[in-house]
Amino acid sequence: MQPIESFEVPAPSKVNYINAQYGLKSWLLTKDHKRIALLYLASITFFFFIGGIYALMIRLELLTPQGDFLQSTTYNKVFTQHGIIMVFFFLIPSIPATLGNFLIPMMIGAKDLAFPRINLLSWYVYLVGGLITIYALLAGGVDTGWTFYTPFSTTFSNSYVVATGLGIFINGFSSILTGLNFIVTIHTMRAPGMTWFRMPLFLWSHYATSLIMILGTPVIAITILLLAFERVAGVGIFDPELGGDPILFQHLFWFYSHPAVYIMVLPGMGVISELVANFSRKNIFGYSFVAFSSIAIAVFGFLVWGHHMFVTPQSVYAGMIFSFLSFAVAIPSAIKVFNWTATLYKSSISYDTPMLYALGFIGLFTIGGMTGLFLASLATDVHLSDTYFVVAHFHYIMVGGTLMAYMGGLHYWWPKITGRMYPEGWGRFSALVIFVGFNLTFLPQFIAGYLGMPRRYHAYPPEFQVFNVLSTAGASILGFGMLIPAIYFVWSMRYGRHAEPNPWHLPGLEWRTQSPPPTENFEVTPIVTWEAYEFAPPEETEVVGRFGPELERT
Amino acid sequence: MIESHATTQEVHGHRALQHHFENMEQQREAGTIGMWVFLVTEIMFFGGMFLAYALYRNMFPAAFASASNHLDITLGAVNTGVLILSSFTMAMAVYFTQVGKQRPQIIALVLTLILGLAFLGIKAVEYHEKYTDRLIPGHLIPGASFGPAVQEHDQPMDAHKLHLLPGATLKQVEMFYWIYFAMTGMHALHMIIGAGLLIFLIIWSMKGRFDPEYHGPVEVVGLYWHFVDIVWIFLFPLLYLLGRHFEH
Repeated sequence: MQPIESFEVPAPSKVNYINAQYGLKSWLLTKDHKRIALLYLASITFFFFIGGIYALMIRLELLTPQGDFLQSTTYNKVFTQHGIIMVFFFLIPSIPATLGNFLIPMMIGAKDLAFPRINLLSWYVYLVGGLITIYALLAGGVDTGWTFYTPFSTTFSNSYVVATGLGIFINGFSSILTGLNFIVTIHTMRAPGMTWFRMPLFLWSHYATSLIMILGTPVIAITILLLAFERVAGVGIFDPELGGDPILFQHLFWFYSHPAVYIMVLPGMGVISELVANFSRKNIFGYSFVAFSSIAIAVFGFLVWGHHMFVTPQSVYAGMIFSFLSFAVAIPSAIKVFNWTATLYKSSISYDTPMLYALGFIGLFTIGGMTGLFLASLATDVHLSDTYFVVAHFHYIMVGGTLMAYMGGLHYWWPKITGRMYPEGWGRFSALVIFVGFNLTFLPQFIAGYLGMPRRYHAYPPEFQVFNVLSTAGASILGFGMLIPAIYFVWSMRYGRHAEPNPWHLPGLEWRTQSPPPTENFEVTPIVTWEAYEFAPPEETEVVGRFGPELERT
Repeated sequence: MIESHATTQEVHGHRALQHHFENMEQQREAGTIGMWVFLVTEIMFFGGMFLAYALYRNMFPAAFASASNHLDITLGAVNTGVLILSSFTMAMAVYFTQVGKQRPQIIALVLTLILGLAFLGIKAVEYHEKYTDRLIPGHLIPGASFGPAVQEHDQPMDAHKLHLLPGATLKQVEMFYWIYFAMTGMHALHMIIGAGLLIFLIIWSMKGRFDPEYHGPVEVVGLYWHFVDIVWIFLFPLLYLLGRHFEH
């Protein structure tokens, strides 16, 4: 049983999915999951850039206590649009639509996703939703907060609520189609021998993510639809004037939008499971616990939405139950963190760039998760609700968690995706810059929030200025840190060192084909006879001598 | 690409097999699971409206009973029958496709389409009645905002007037009609999409695209059609029947 040395990578052929066909049409009409992943990569990067500009404007305004850079109405639009773009058009599609799209068929030894045409359709749907939203932003923007709370959004707001809502509504179908495709693919397209418990944990977490996508997204779709009708036609389900209940909107909204947080972070956890096991060259500690904790997070995640509504007239008893369940959802998350840490114990860790991001994730996600428990407690939440503490908490999960995992995964699979290596030195440097910048941005916000600085105001009492200056300084470092990979990734596509089929010497199926892979991924449908993360004992590889000097490196 | 699997070789010849599937069995299974997963999303989609219905029916029982009594129970019942019959013909279409009988298959599909269109026609008649009684909520239709005539107790019964039960207000009735139009409208939209799918199926069957080896599309559209029927099976009692035990 020597999985690593026993596999044969087919002789590198010059034809791969990138140069198999040329021309714009071959990209825009492609049904290849790998090309669609690249289309997504380009478009979410675009949206990330726009969302980043809004973040920059927020941080600039908050540098001083007065409203000197933005007016209050403009500021409302800026933070709303930052949230909408980042949540719906970057974070939710980020890892699933790019890395997931690229890797799920490869990891299970399939030629493509089950429905390639639907996959392409989902990208177009995403694009249409995104363009409508961009139109709304250019036409005048939206100022309701990304939560669209009624009755402000239905009755009072004078901004482009319906157009933005339409964009998000349409974009939701892209998410549904992606989730549907992943579930069917994982059920029906696994190669011979690829049993459920031989699947890399990346696939388990994407399966759990897809469950949330298909169960949650339709609810936000119908909610936004009802909201738009209420605004346009004056008919009301949420309008108190018509006997409606605005709290119903919040229930329906958070029924999706809380699980949406898990749509963002679960794929990240999948990436981290891969990185931790592979860069410590050790089978993951408690495979089935990590696998099932993903499913548990997906299930529990649907039962905790009420913790966003502790300060509404929600029943106190409901509040208590939601509080208890929110604590319960911390258990599977903690299982993951403990198992990753246990995997590191007495392993041979290599500190390549992806691993630096993975270690960063573990620390930041722990902080983000633990501060979530403050907010899940009924009494402390009353104090912390709508303060910068909340802002810092969810940024630790969304940026410290998802974005770190996304960057780590992007570096890790970059050789497979492009066939080129990124510059390792710059990679490590920028990972550190991002880590430092991130913490400097958001740690002060915990303190400011705890001391009572409310979110969503463009002006604030002068005693909070020191925290905001720190935060803005951190954001600048973070933004600078993000620019470095943007530059060297583009650079490496042309000038990077050519990557071998398996630059990290790993057993996973995606590494058993050339880099970049051919259009159908594998020359021959593989037959899987090994477990996930099954590393050959070092002495055996040494005897075989296949890897020679590289073994030292790892 | 060279195929290595023996199983692939055997069935690779089927013209409907897509390149990324190993065999027809896998392709059909993927299609069926895909549709089931899609139907789960549909349940959640309608679920939001069912939740709103449950909430407001609980809050305004009298208004919901008054408004529900005003719906045309005969047309609703006929439509229920039409849909159940169409489900039967759809099931027959799937069966005939599986056993490879082309003519009966086309007939069953055409019958399903006709029944589906009949449902939509009857629904249109109902909507028109509501329109003439000025029961369209809000200002959805310009110039015909919500404002039904209310039946007074001392006047003779008039089918076009709304009989308000004690404790009900017009605003609350408007809420019922908004939920009614949202739910039945969304259901009708699904029926229209289903009818479109049926037209494709009929064209393909006439071209002889389906055989016992390849009948996935008919099966998948069948699942969808039955699902849309089941939604109506829930809508009919909730909107038309519940609350009839209040005095009429």
